[in-house]
Amino acid sequence: MSVLRTTLMAGACAVGLVSGLSAETLRWGGGRDINSMDPYSFGSSYTLAFLNHVYEGLVRYDENLQIEPALATGWEILDERTWRFTLREGVTFHNGAPFTADDVLASLTRVTHPTSPLRGNLPAYASAEVVDDHTIDITLTGPYPLLLNDLTNIHIFNAQWLVDNNAELPTDFGAGTESYATFNANGTGPFRALERVPESRTVLEVFDGWWDDAQHNITRIEFTPITSAATRVAALLSGEIDFTEDAPVQDLARLEAAPNVTPLVTSDLRTVFFGFNQNETLHDGRPNAFTDIRVRQAFGHALDLELIHRRIMRGMSRVSGSIVAPEIPGWREDLDVPPAHDPELARSLLQEAGAEGFSFSITCAYNDYVNEEEICNAVIPMLNRAGFDASLDIGPSAIQSQKSSNRQTDVFILGWANLPMLDSFSILTQVMHSLEGTRGVFNWGSWSYPELDALIDAASTELDFDTRIGLQSEALEFVRDNAILMPLHQQPMAWAATDRVSEVLQLGDNKARHWKTRIAE
Amino acid sequence: MLVFVVKRLANAAMVMLVVAFIAFLIFRFIGDPVNLMVNEQATQADRDELRTRLGLDQPFAVQYIRFVTNAVQGDFGISYRNQQDVMTLIAERFPATLELVLAASILSLAIGVPLGVITAIHRGRWFSEALQFGSILGVSLPSFVIAILLILVFSVTLGWLPAFGRGETVQIGWWSTGLLTESGRRAIVLPAIALASYEITLVMRLVRAEMLEVLRSDFVKFARARGVPRRVIHFRHALRNCLMPVVTMTAMNVGTLIAFALVTETVFQWPGMGLLFIQAVTFADIPVMAAYLCLVSFIFVALNTLVDIVYAVIDPRLRDATA
Repeated sequence: MSVLRTTLMAGACAVGLVSGLSAETLRWGGGRDINSMDPYSFGSSYTLAFLNHVYEGLVRYDENLQIEPALATGWEILDERTWRFTLREGVTFHNGAPFTADDVLASLTRVTHPTSPLRGNLPAYASAEVVDDHTIDITLTGPYPLLLNDLTNIHIFNAQWLVDNNAELPTDFGAGTESYATFNANGTGPFRALERVPESRTVLEVFDGWWDDAQHNITRIEFTPITSAATRVAALLSGEIDFTEDAPVQDLARLEAAPNVTPLVTSDLRTVFFGFNQNETLHDGRPNAFTDIRVRQAFGHALDLELIHRRIMRGMSRVSGSIVAPEIPGWREDLDVPPAHDPELARSLLQEAGAEGFSFSITCAYNDYVNEEEICNAVIPMLNRAGFDASLDIGPSAIQSQKSSNRQTDVFILGWANLPMLDSFSILTQVMHSLEGTRGVFNWGSWSYPELDALIDAASTELDFDTRIGLQSEALEFVRDNAILMPLHQQPMAWAATDRVSEVLQLGDNKARHWKTRIAE
Repeated sequence: MLVFVVKRLANAAMVMLVVAFIAFLIFRFIGDPVNLMVNEQATQADRDELRTRLGLDQPFAVQYIRFVTNAVQGDFGISYRNQQDVMTLIAERFPATLELVLAASILSLAIGVPLGVITAIHRGRWFSEALQFGSILGVSLPSFVIAILLILVFSVTLGWLPAFGRGETVQIGWWSTGLLTESGRRAIVLPAIALASYEITLVMRLVRAEMLEVLRSDFVKFARARGVPRRVIHFRHALRNCLMPVVTMTAMNVGTLIAFALVTETVFQWPGMGLLFIQAVTFADIPVMAAYLCLVSFIFVALNTLVDIVYAVIDPRLRDATA
């Protein structure tokens, strides 16, 4: 064994020497490629998290996931609908252009354009007006408490650069044209984009003119997507990459055993839960027993969450009774108690509701969430032991999500991280509210509780933080009392780094922040 | 003759149309890309609007006709996932796949032919039986298993060769090659072996069978009787006589290797067409899938049509039979 280890380490050294790297290059192996260098082109948190190294927003999350100033230094609410932002002075873009209010206006116009896939991230925006070079007023469609949360992920472009490169409008898939911003970037962030070869590598280098104090000691980031999990692990073990934000959960023991790799495991903000069809009929037209609360409660009592935690998640998930993680405002400890695992109780509830042997299917995808397939497979016998007749409908994500969004499922699985908003308002408005207007897009079970809607609507215009969070907690309590969703856990997230990396900041939002990463000297 | 050529070309066009049609039929079952393209926060109206702009709400026939009309003009649209022109995307990936496939083909000949000869002339000896047995592994082990084993041994344990990627590439016109740089050459070794493993066995067994046949023939017996050295008989006379089918098969298998490269490219993160296609499938990136399928079928149809026409030129009877 010791011989093998020495060889392994020698191998790692050899690779490092051959590629002739300076000590400050971070080689980052991603689980997939970013979609584009244009943050507005794609509704992907993953791409946004990467591009956050290049572009910045007016505000950002600090190490405790609290909002702090970034490109804006301050803000005030002028009236219910108008917010005034004071912008940071002395900030320059990577191309040398100074940062002014015109850049903010151009960016907001671009991201809210009808063809922008990211438009939903800034739902309340109406217009903006430049007051002077470093002041801008943003007008909203109505009173809206979450503007700052939304702005954390609205990256700011340089207005002139957009004009020069004919990229003032976001990429329009329908029109079938490429955009300059898809391959080039010009932000204010800690790193500037050097090279992008899709599927092969994206290279960033440090931007010396960054306005903030650099806490990192990286001069260059080489990002390579390695989609095959086994290859990614091998690359980490052989020292060909220094870091990955997607270490396969099943290989963590092996990474732990390797002398040069440290796995970093923590629980994600993403909470995974089951939801129920609440129409009169199931997707195939048979009568639906899930309209009866006792049947939904029976479903909850039938699940053995501890077993899933221990066996399937290998002890790395966090069993949850709440549909939001503890870090999310609105979470309350007394709501975070899962229903007791009690198949007998479940059976008697079913009998009471006259639904014994109730047959339905659970719609799952293979791997939208950590170990999704295994979870769904394990849940079926648990349910059937309690008197249900459940079956599994599993398929690729693109197909299953279509069924769900067409409301053609009996029971669906969904994971919600409340990103980028980091507030329980996200799940309440998108999942829990009745499907009407802009709300309830992920209300895949077609439920409608006027009382719940009223709470959410009240929260949506409440500008006082504590009052609003109170309303949202009340709404979450309502969800729990009516067993609308059945939470499982906060899923684990696993990163891994070799011993070249001495410091890395890992937060529950699963975004790498390499402007805080340090390489061992 | 002209009638025959026109008929053949019309035939080829029909095949292409059918391929596009079948591809489109499949796309109806792979799901909806829109939900993967927008953010969780997007409203239903936004989603519907994007669907309309992409034309995904149109009836099947309309989508198909629009696709064919554009494709004939060389316009395959823009990739949903990469937001890049589809033809550019494929043209960028093509060199990587072709280099890998050629490397694998050369490797399979370089290893398969000598092994075939050895197992034929030493038939029944323990090492040739062992080689025969070992070659079964080459066909029966799935190529992704071989790939992972290679990575484990040569990248992780020995640290000799990179586990992923294509290394540094050099641009020659529109062609990007990894063969001119040290890191590029090192990177191609493992994927080429993994891809060739099946082909090596095939070549070896074909050569062996052909050799056994040829060694029984009269001219080999005469050569022996004349006292020609064994080595010369085996490698100059006998081997030459059995190379024709080997070369034909290798050439024909280039198409198969391009198809097999799908798996190898995924494991090694080799930035070729196969990787592009696999990722397009998981993302329901319809323009890329459509273009890839059409391109691959075009290659096959074009070759077949060419062969048909050449046959007809050589053999007038074929012309009469089909014309």
